[in-house]
Amino acid sequence: MAEEREDILHQELVVINLGLPGFAESLGAQEVEVIQVDWEPPAGGDQEMIDLLDQLL
Amino acid sequence: MVAGFKIRKREYYDSVFLMGVNKRLAEYPGVTQTAVLMGTEANKELLAQIRIGGPEIDAAAPNDLIVAVIADNEAAMDAAIAGLDAVLKAMTESQPASDVRTLRAALERVPGANLAVLSIPGAYAADEARKALEGGLNVFLFSSNVPLDQELELKRLGRSKGLLVMGPDCGTSILHGVGIGFANRVRLGSIGVIGPSGTGLQEFTSSVHNAGGGISHAIGTGSKDLSDAIGGLTTLAALERLEADPATEVIAIVAKPLREVTLRILLEAADRVTKPLIGCLLGADESMIPSGAPLEWAHTIDEAVEIALRKAGVKPVLPDEGSKNGVPSQVKSIREGWGPEARFLRGVFAGGTFCYQAQQILRQAGMVVFSNSPIKPGYGLDDPDCSVDHTVVDMGDEHYTLGRPHPMIDSRERARRVLAEAADPTVAVLLLDFILGYNAASDPVGDMLEALADAQTLREKSGGSLTIVASVCGTDDDPQDRVLQVKMLRELGVYVFDTNARAVDFCVKLLKG
Repeated sequence: MAEEREDILHQELVVINLGLPGFAESLGAQEVEVIQVDWEPPAGGDQEMIDLLDQLL
Repeated sequence: MVAGFKIRKREYYDSVFLMGVNKRLAEYPGVTQTAVLMGTEANKELLAQIRIGGPEIDAAAPNDLIVAVIADNEAAMDAAIAGLDAVLKAMTESQPASDVRTLRAALERVPGANLAVLSIPGAYAADEARKALEGGLNVFLFSSNVPLDQELELKRLGRSKGLLVMGPDCGTSILHGVGIGFANRVRLGSIGVIGPSGTGLQEFTSSVHNAGGGISHAIGTGSKDLSDAIGGLTTLAALERLEADPATEVIAIVAKPLREVTLRILLEAADRVTKPLIGCLLGADESMIPSGAPLEWAHTIDEAVEIALRKAGVKPVLPDEGSKNGVPSQVKSIREGWGPEARFLRGVFAGGTFCYQAQQILRQAGMVVFSNSPIKPGYGLDDPDCSVDHTVVDMGDEHYTLGRPHPMIDSRERARRVLAEAADPTVAVLLLDFILGYNAASDPVGDMLEALADAQTLREKSGGSLTIVASVCGTDDDPQDRVLQVKMLRELGVYVFDTNARAVDFCVKLLKG
């Protein structure tokens, strides 16, 4: 059974943007509240280390 | 010719940023080619193609920056590589910095957030999307190359939490007037649309706007959503939401053909929809849809728009002036200008859906057409870089975009292809698309003007003229100046239409005489 939650179609958007800053800029230009995350590959892109961190966190 | 490279450990930049770095380094004197990319396996393969490799490259990690330069001489190469620091500094300073490094930190900062927009390398995208869903966020996942089993898991998780998962490989959505990703500025209205293709949604929503109608929501589902492996999970979720949405009076689905299993699921869902429903499955055989099916069939995006407007009670305003270009007398005079061998069409598209729809319309007109992304098996190109007879090419295909930006933001590959087609004396008509809107190039026509003018000159030298036909997808409210974009094309003698289907129809008239 799905959790009860207000549909995104009826909410004002508040956005977290991971990746291309242009996507955040265009949302900002449309007066949407947006926070940019300066994302980097976790653990330097080392898959073994990522799996290990996932287990630990 | 000399080649060299430099690796900067643990310096991650996104691909659009690196495109800017690449462009600046390529302007250094004596430099013939540059490659500025992150050390992913796919990028290392690209470097191998230009004979850049070795143990240092092999050892580079996905967050190591690799800068390779091929130049006329050692001094030029060294100067370009040495210039990297200055270029990076200048570009980093022009970009607003953020002190938030993780999704979790962002959620703490903005606890009311309800949507995560993810455009990070595919290998990490599913992990971050899962974290977003677990944090109660809906997801717009632009990243591609997410394995199908992970996509399925994300969509099931989204469903269980009542959250929408748009993507992976989702280019476009518009939620209550807000464009996300590659989207056009369109007015609010009563027509809702769902689709796996970004350019398909852009064409539909722009056309509705240009005809005087409006969009309630346009929901991108991701390119694989309607595969049997995924079973249309996001399409179904979107359909339920639009059915329940008081602002939406008419619903359209714009997609490619489905396999039987997913089609059956979709038709069952359509049965539960009480609002008028339009199905535009490009390239599909109408006989796939059983008679009495609860949706109205549209052959092209234009037809879907026409039906949607009618159902919504909107009387469409007349299409753009350019559509009058198809008068027979003009066709005759255009054909008279062609050289003796000229008889083929070459489409060079930025939008995959445009390439697909063009094939459908050309085939229905009885023409045999080849493509690097063929609509029917047996009509593929042996070499995607070499056109034969009538050919339409999707320049957004992986062959052209692996390690490079999409042609919607970087026109260089497309410009090269246009010149190659113009050099072939059997080519009579060149068909192009220009896509406006948020996040597309700021001047898509301007970026191609030189190549188009060179193509015309090249042809004139060999006798005869090259006919260029184009469609411009977008609205007058888009960040680019649509009127100016169209004007620049017309001044060059390009025949401009406001939709891809109209442009292709004109090509059919030209080629059939």
